[in-house]
Amino acid sequence: MAAVGTVPARENAGKGAISIRNVTKIYDPEGVNVLAVDDCSLEIAAGEVCMIVGPSGCGKTTLLSAIAGFHSITFGEIYLDGELLCGPGKPLADQGADRVVVFQNGALFPWMSLADNVAYGPTVQGRLNKTQAREKALDMLAEAGLADVGDKFPGEVSSGMARRAEIVRALINDPKVLLLDEPYRAMDALTKSIMHEALLEMYDRTKVTIFFITHDLEESIFLGDRVVVMTTRPCRTKKIVEVNIPRPRDYHILSSEEFRLLVDEANEAVHEEAIKAFEAGERELA
Amino acid sequence: MATTAPNVYNQRTVVRRTRWQKFLANKKLWRGVTAILCTLVLWEIGSRWDEWFGFRLPFIGFIPPPSDVMVAWLEVLPKIGYWQSWYLSFKRVLAGFLSAMLLGIPFGLALAVNRYFRDIFFPPFEVLRPIPPLAWVPASLIFWPTNEMSIAFVTFLGAFFTIVINVLGGARSIDISYLRAAQSMGATQLDMFWRIVLPGTLPSIFTGAAVGMGITWEVVLAAEMISGGGTQAGGGLGFFIWNSYMGGSLEQIVVGMISIGIAGYLSSSAIRYLGTVCMPWRRLF
Ligand SMILES: Nc1ncnc2c1ncn2[C@@H]1O[C@H](COP(=O)(O)OP(=O)(O)OP(=O)(O)O)[C@@H](O)[C@H]1O
Ligand SMILES: [Mg+2]
Repeated sequence: MAAVGTVPARENAGKGAISIRNVTKIYDPEGVNVLAVDDCSLEIAAGEVCMIVGPSGCGKTTLLSAIAGFHSITFGEIYLDGELLCGPGKPLADQGADRVVVFQNGALFPWMSLADNVAYGPTVQGRLNKTQAREKALDMLAEAGLADVGDKFPGEVSSGMARRAEIVRALINDPKVLLLDEPYRAMDALTKSIMHEALLEMYDRTKVTIFFITHDLEESIFLGDRVVVMTTRPCRTKKIVEVNIPRPRDYHILSSEEFRLLVDEANEAVHEEAIKAFEAGERELA
Repeated sequence: MATTAPNVYNQRTVVRRTRWQKFLANKKLWRGVTAILCTLVLWEIGSRWDEWFGFRLPFIGFIPPPSDVMVAWLEVLPKIGYWQSWYLSFKRVLAGFLSAMLLGIPFGLALAVNRYFRDIFFPPFEVLRPIPPLAWVPASLIFWPTNEMSIAFVTFLGAFFTIVINVLGGARSIDISYLRAAQSMGATQLDMFWRIVLPGTLPSIFTGAAVGMGITWEVVLAAEMISGGGTQAGGGLGFFIWNSYMGGSLEQIVVGMISIGIAGYLSSSAIRYLGTVCMPWRRLF
């Protein structure tokens, strides 16, 4: 389980610093401007686990989509390791395997076995041939505790297994950044805690930069190095909670005083925004 | 596990049954058989009401009873002409259906993935689609040199529109996160097409095929009845029915109808079977 302190054997280790500078996003469906993100700035260090929390509909997914290159931004710029992803003159970032997304509802291809799903990235990029990719996929699945389900279809395994396989599918590409959009929403507490341990274990091995959107404050403190609380729409950073609990972490910290205090701190900020959102008439609270 | 728990429930032995035993123990099968038998019995009673009780029931009283139909069937079974009808109809259905699949699937996919292609070809397609296949008959009799070719053309049209609209709808409703996931893992357009769009559309392709197959049968039979037993395009199960009608054999009409039912059932079973072979991941549901 604990691969503590091992030097991560990946090419992109120590990369993946994201710099979000004064980003504004205005959706313009049929001329009705929706200001989703307003002048938002955030610096994420390489290898950091950055947790994003905020009221529903505040623009978290919008920010993630901008980094991933699914949506353009209206103003501002986003850099990855000092290179411009998107900015003036290039509103839409290129999609690339250095920023892999794990979607909220799961996006494993139902028509491929788990192993084929995981092997998809390396084969389409031409980095590995089919047999090599499959071998590597099976290895990585085994590392994530999915040794004997490699040949099963996503519909044949539990949602927790599918989600773990999806994270493995992202990691096999050796991304600089892992973008997770509420990956564990709608999971029961027990599965969630197993997923957290698996993710932390994976993080301790790879030290990949993680941009993690969630509504679950305990999850955000437990996993994150920093918790960024967003304001209600338009989205800005309201408060950043530094989590200085040493890694590797395990479930004992959940009952510690330090942990409680941090959750309270984040909770206060989120609650304030939630009330604002409510008063603003947006009755779609988290 | 079982050794450490001295539990009576764990001592249950698994009885292995042969395929044949499983088949016979299938409740679904027996329900179906019972339903068919009951229908036959009711039909027999209804048809023979006149003989037995002295007055004719409406509708059913005019239909020959299943026992007579069976006799008529046994009569035609050894005749080559009957099987010739099967062969001709099947040949026409397959020709129309396969050409509709071969052209319809790529056309539907092209409409789905290319905006320019869609902008140009979708409007005329949508205007032609509502025209029922049989309304094409007179025009196609004029276009095509032989009757056989016009039947093939009309049959093709019947399945083509259905298949295209299903493929288009299926491909357009693929979850966008599959496409985004593939793209963010560095897939090229070609990869996305072969490994995401195509398998993602397969379920709709098979739905379209099943519906299209039904339409093809309808069209072929209607066309066979219309064209009659002319020198150019004779025969087929449709003509078999028409001929029985002209000959005044009610029993044979029913034989023809049931034959068509069986033929249609065989065709859709074949499609269902192909579907489970091509989409192993759907077997779970
Ligand atoms: N494609 C779009 N067109 C127009 N408006 C959009 C679009 N996508 C999102 N929005 C709007 O932008 C705002 C932010 O949406 P976003 O999905 O980023 O919120 P979120 O913080 O991820 O919410 P949640 O926590 O519920 O997932 C919302 O008010 C939403 O209505
Ligand atoms: Mg969201």
